[in-house]
Amino acid sequence: MATAAAHETARSQPSGAPESADDSTAEFQRAFDAAVAADERIEPRDWMPDGYRATLIRQIAQHAHSEIIGMQPEANWITRAPSLRRKAILMAKVQDEAGHGLYLYSAAETLGTSRDELLDKLHSGRQKYSSIFNYPTLTWADVGAIGWLVDGAAITNQVPLCRCSYGPYARAMVRICKEESFHQRQGYELLLALSKGTPEQHEMAQDAVNRWWWPSLMMFGPPDDESQHSAQSMAWKIKRHSNDELRQRFVDICVPQAESLGLTLPDPDLKWNEERGHYDFGPIDWSEFWEVLKGNGPCNEQRLSRRRRAHEEGAWVREAAAAYAAKHTTGGPGRQSDVDGTTGAHHAANANGENVNGETGAKRA
Amino acid sequence: MTTTDWPLWEVFVRSRRGLSHTHAGSLHAPDAELALRNARDLYTRRGEGVSIWVVPSSAITASSPDEKDPFFEPTADKPYRHPTFYEIPEGVQHL
Ligand SMILES: [Fe+2]
Ligand SMILES: [Fe+2]
Repeated sequence: MATAAAHETARSQPSGAPESADDSTAEFQRAFDAAVAADERIEPRDWMPDGYRATLIRQIAQHAHSEIIGMQPEANWITRAPSLRRKAILMAKVQDEAGHGLYLYSAAETLGTSRDELLDKLHSGRQKYSSIFNYPTLTWADVGAIGWLVDGAAITNQVPLCRCSYGPYARAMVRICKEESFHQRQGYELLLALSKGTPEQHEMAQDAVNRWWWPSLMMFGPPDDESQHSAQSMAWKIKRHSNDELRQRFVDICVPQAESLGLTLPDPDLKWNEERGHYDFGPIDWSEFWEVLKGNGPCNEQRLSRRRRAHEEGAWVREAAAAYAAKHTTGGPGRQSDVDGTTGAHHAANANGENVNGETGAKRA
Repeated sequence: MTTTDWPLWEVFVRSRRGLSHTHAGSLHAPDAELALRNARDLYTRRGEGVSIWVVPSSAITASSPDEKDPFFEPTADKPYRHPTFYEIPEGVQHL
C-alpha cells in the first residue's frame, strides 16, 4: 500500500517513473498509448508524456482563466439589469462562471501546478484567456448576445471535451456543460424579448448580434491548417474535433436560431450549401483575432488590471482567514482533536480496516 | 502580495437521503468550516446535495497506480465470488 500523498494531486509526478531505464519509459509509453487507444481515461497518478501534461496544463489553465475573466463583461450589467428577474438570473450566471473557473483550476492542479502559480501566470500575462472577453459590453442586449452566442460557442467546444482523455478535465467539463445550457437559454430568451419589443429594443438586439457574431466564430481558434497544436491534441484525444469542424457545427446551429429570433447574422455570404449539407459563410478577419490575442483588443488592459486589482484588494481577506485558521488549528488540516462529530461511517470503516470509497470518519465543522 | 495556497480539500456530497456521499471535486480553504461553506457554494448551487463531507486531501491514502496489478490481482482468480459462477438446474425458483 502506497503511503505517498494520496489522491489526485500529482505534485511529485510522475509516480512510478523509472529512474533512468529507457525500457521502462517505453513500457509506460506503451501503456499510455494503449489506454488512449482504448478510450480509457488517463488519471492524475498515471504516467503520461511530458508533452501531454504540458498541453493539458496550458489548455485547462487558459480555459479556467477564460471563465474567471469572462465574469467581467457581464458583471458590468448586473447593477443595471432592467428587472429583478433579469438581475437574479445574471448574478446566478456570473456566479456559475466563477464556479467553472474553480472546477478547472482544480483539474489543472492535478497535473502538478498550483493555484498560486496559475493566478500568477494569469496576472502577469504569461497564460492567456479567450480573446472574446476583450470586447466591451456596450448595451444590455450584449448580455443576451453573450449568452446566446458566446456561451453557445463555448458549449459547442465543450461538449466533446466531456470525452477528453484526461479524467479530471473530462469530469469538470461534464459538470460545466450541465450548467451552461441555462446560460445559453437565458441569453436567447433575453434577445427574443428585445427583438419582439419596441423598434429601439429590436435595433439594440440586432446591433449586439452584429458585434458579437464574428468574435464568436473566432472562439473556435485559427483554421485547421494554421492551428499549431491541433493534430497532436487530436491524437491524444484531448480534442475530438478540429477547429473548423466545430465552427461549422456552430454556424449550422445558429442560422435557424437567428431566424426564429427575428434577427439577422452580419454575413452577406451566409447561405445554405445543398451539396455540402452545411451553411457556407464568409471569410473571418484573422488579423483582428491575432491583434486581440496580442493584447491590442478594446479591453485587454482593463480586464487584466481589474483582475489584478480584485486579487490585491482581496488579499486581506485571505490573510485574515489564514490567520484565523492558524490560530484555531495547531497541526493544520487533518489534525485529530475534537472528535465529537465523528460519523457512523467511521465505525464501519474500522470494522475491517478498509477505506470504502472514502467513507472514513468525517468531522463535522 | 503573494499568498501560499490554502490547503486542498476533497468534497463528498450525499445527493439525497439513502445514498452514500460521492466524491464531487476539490477546493482550497483555510479551514474545515470555510471548506464546507465553499463546498456548498461550489458543488451544490442547484440542490445537488443534502449533506457534505470535506476531507483534507493530505489525509487520504491511496493505492498506487504502478502496483495496480499485484494489488488487485487476488480478486481476478475468484470467479466463485459471483452468483453467475454457479449452475442451477432450470426451473428452480427464488435462488
Ligand atoms: Fe462557463
Ligand atoms: Fe457560461
